[in-house]
Amino acid sequence: MRTDQNHGDPIAPMTRMELAISVVLRWGVLVSGAVILIGILAFALTHRTGYAQVPPHDLRDLLAYHQNRGPGYFPTAVHEVAAGALAGKPYAIVAFGIILLIATPVVRVAMSVLFFLSQRDWLYVAITMFVLAVLLASLFTGVG
Amino acid sequence: MEPLTFFLLVFGAAATAGALGALLGLGGGIIIVPVLSLLFGVNFHYAIGASIVSVIATSSGAAATYVRDRITNLRLGMFLEMATTTGAVVGALVAGYLPGRVLSVIFGLVLLHSAWSLFRSRHEDIPAGVEGSPLATRLCLHGAYVDPALGRLVRYRITRVPQGFGLMWLAGLISGLLGIGSGVFKVIAMDLLMRAPIKVSTTTSNFMIGVTAAASAGIYFSRGDISPFIAAPVALGILTGTILGTHLLLRLRGAAIRKVFLAVLMVTALQMIWEGFRGSIR
Repeated sequence: MRTDQNHGDPIAPMTRMELAISVVLRWGVLVSGAVILIGILAFALTHRTGYAQVPPHDLRDLLAYHQNRGPGYFPTAVHEVAAGALAGKPYAIVAFGIILLIATPVVRVAMSVLFFLSQRDWLYVAITMFVLAVLLASLFTGVG
Repeated sequence: MEPLTFFLLVFGAAATAGALGALLGLGGGIIIVPVLSLLFGVNFHYAIGASIVSVIATSSGAAATYVRDRITNLRLGMFLEMATTTGAVVGALVAGYLPGRVLSVIFGLVLLHSAWSLFRSRHEDIPAGVEGSPLATRLCLHGAYVDPALGRLVRYRITRVPQGFGLMWLAGLISGLLGIGSGVFKVIAMDLLMRAPIKVSTTTSNFMIGVTAAASAGIYFSRGDISPFIAAPVALGILTGTILGTHLLLRLRGAAIRKVFLAVLMVTALQMIWEGFRGSIR
C-alpha cells in the first residue's frame, strides 16, 4: 500500500515526492534563468552572437524571421547548442538555457515515476510512465 | 527603438504575464503573443515560439512554490496529464485535416458558456456540499490545503472524473491544434466539472501546462522559431513575474481569483471567436 501517508494532510511535513518535485522545479528554473541571463549579457557586452552577424543595433533585423536560420543566425539542434555554448558563443548559451528550461518539466515527470515506484504505488507508476512515454515520443518524433 | 529598450519593455510585459499566469493557471501566451506581434512587430513564428517558452517558464516557476506550499494536487495533475498529452499529440496530428477556424469559434462559444457558469459562482471561495465520486476515491484525488487568505485548512472532494478527463483531453487537443487557451480549459475542467477549489484548480493547471508545452517545444526549437534574442527577455521576465503571482495567490481570496479569471476567460473566448472569423489560425 501507499507509504506517503501525508498525502492530503497539509499539516504534516512535505512528502519526499513533493520535496523532490519542488526542488527539481526550483533548480531547473534558477539554473536555466541564470544561463539565459549570462548568455544575453555576453551578447549585450560583446555585441557578438557567435553566429552570422546580424547588426546588433538594428532592431528590425533582430526581430525579423530569417528564412535561412539554422546555423546561420542561432543554433537549432542540441549538438550545435552544446558545442556553441562550450565555445562561449552568446546565442548558444541562451539557447542552452532555454533547453534546460524545456527539460525541467520532463525531468519532473521522470522523477515522479521513480517516486511512485519507490512507494510501490503501481496505479500511479502506470499513469506517470504513460505520461512520460507520450512526452518523450512527441519530443523525439517532433509530433505535438 | 534601441535593442535595450526592447529588451526592458518585453521583460516588463513578460513579468506581468508571468504574474497573471501564476495566479490563474495560464501560460501567459494571451499577453505575450499580442504584445510581441502587434506592439513590437515581432514575426509571428518568433511570437509563438516565445509563447511556448513563456508557458514552460510560468509552469515551472509557479509550480515550484505551489508544490512546496502543498496547494497543487499532484495526483490530480498527473492523472489528468494522461488526457492533455494524448489530446495534444492527436491535435497536432490532425491539425491539417480539421477546420481550425470553425473549431476556434466553437471552443470560443464553449468558453463563453463556461463564463456564464463561472459568473454565477463568482462569490464562491470554496465549493460547498460536494460529494466525492468513488472513482476519485479509488484514484486518491481528494485533498486538502492550508488557505492563508481564509486562515484555515480546506478539505475538498473531487467528483465527475470521466467528464473532467474528457474536457482535459479536449484542452490538450485545442492546444495541439490551435496553440492557445489550454490553461483556461484546464482550470474550467477542474473548477466547474470536478469541483476542486479555485486555488487548487489554478495551481494544478500551472503544474500541468509545462508538460503539455514541453511536448511541442522540441519541434518549435528545431524549426528555429525560438529566437534567443526574443525568448531571453520573455523567459527572464516570466520567471520574475511568477514570484509576484504566487504571493498574490496566497493572499487573495478564492472569490477574487474567480473574478480575475472570469475577465481573462471572456477575453480568451472573444479572441478565439475573433481569430476564427478573421482566419489567422494556423
